[in-house]
Amino acid sequence: MSSLAEAYSWINLRYLLQGLLVTIEVSVISIILSFILGSILGIIRYIRFPFVSAIVGFIIDLIRNLPLLLLLFFTYFGLPQVGIKMDPLTAAIAAMTVFESAMIAEIVRSGIQAVDLGQMEGARSVGMTYWQGLRVIVLPQAMKKMIPPLVSQFISLIKDTSLATIIVLPELLYRAQIIYGQNTRYMVPMFIALAVMYFVVCYALSLVASGLERRTN
Amino acid sequence: MINVFTQHWQELLVGFGNTLLCSVIALFFSLIIGSTFAIFEVLPYKLLHIIGRIYIEVFRNIPLLVIGMFFYIVVPQFIVTLDGFTAGTIGLTLYTSSFIAETVRAGIQAVDDGQMEGARANGLTFMQAMWHIILPQAFRYVIPPLGNQFINLVKNSSVLAFVAGFDLMYQGDTIASTTFDTFNTYIVVGILYLIITLPLSYYMRYLEKKLA
Repeated sequence: MSSLAEAYSWINLRYLLQGLLVTIEVSVISIILSFILGSILGIIRYIRFPFVSAIVGFIIDLIRNLPLLLLLFFTYFGLPQVGIKMDPLTAAIAAMTVFESAMIAEIVRSGIQAVDLGQMEGARSVGMTYWQGLRVIVLPQAMKKMIPPLVSQFISLIKDTSLATIIVLPELLYRAQIIYGQNTRYMVPMFIALAVMYFVVCYALSLVASGLERRTN
Repeated sequence: MINVFTQHWQELLVGFGNTLLCSVIALFFSLIIGSTFAIFEVLPYKLLHIIGRIYIEVFRNIPLLVIGMFFYIVVPQFIVTLDGFTAGTIGLTLYTSSFIAETVRAGIQAVDDGQMEGARANGLTFMQAMWHIILPQAFRYVIPPLGNQFINLVKNSSVLAFVAGFDLMYQGDTIASTTFDTFNTYIVVGILYLIITLPLSYYMRYLEKKLA
């Protein structure tokens, strides 16, 4: 029992919580960047510009079908070979943003496609331009359909930040490993702490999402 | 890039095989576990419902890496020694089963209520109706999302690299760190992953369109 108290000493807990802060920082920045980039890519893919949309679509498909871990390795260990060097934080954010943008682009595209075609036709027939129809009529309706898949994507993004431990980003999992590396008796308490912290953050987000969903309906 | 492949094709092939193997094993067991918990959730028993909910929420909200490392690092200390491949595959199975449970539950609930009522009115028990009437229909709804889960599974299997699971990612990492040709090695590894995931992903999109 005393080892449990030692494992959860304030020094260790503070060290872990700082890691949680890094995890949240990386997640929030990546979520914001990939939401912006993903929406633009998704709209490009939906509108079907000749050539551009096909190429964008293919690149999105390539990235979506690769493991995020591979992109992380490539960004941090592969790119320096061609002269692009990044610190762990930047590399993690860059890799996650590229990967998540591709995932979000797909969510945005299918969200827009799920809106009934009659909506756009109606908007055009009352005199709106294509862009006005898209912005004022179609996108707000698509947004409602996109919320649940977007939130589960964000949750998986938060969980995926744990992969960045391999490029020595001092996030939650990395710090837990450091603590139980000093004393193996801390191993079980650290894994419990990890599980609880990740669970609380992710579950809280999913609760907020279902609340949001209920309000928009 | 060609060099990486011609010089290290044996290691890469072993990794490719292991990635496929652990994905298929994990898919098989997570289908069984996931469907069981999905049925728990639609059964009219409060206790089973709560157990199912807890299982799904716990494994959905904890990173796969943490689950995998738990089986690789913690479990051997107290219970039984596991090699990296086994530990990783167990982690993958538990993690994926929670997503599959959600998918299957949505499929079951998408089947019209009248089907169950009709089956019960004809004298079938709840379990008979579930097995003969509801599940076969639900299966049709869940094929495209299950295919996507399998794609995720293949991608997620890369965490075996953390626990020395000798999968594609692990082998690629080993090659990269011995030859120092990181850039090209990771591109080759990426192409090998795409060989599995890209055709599947296009096929699932085609199926979704066809079934919709």
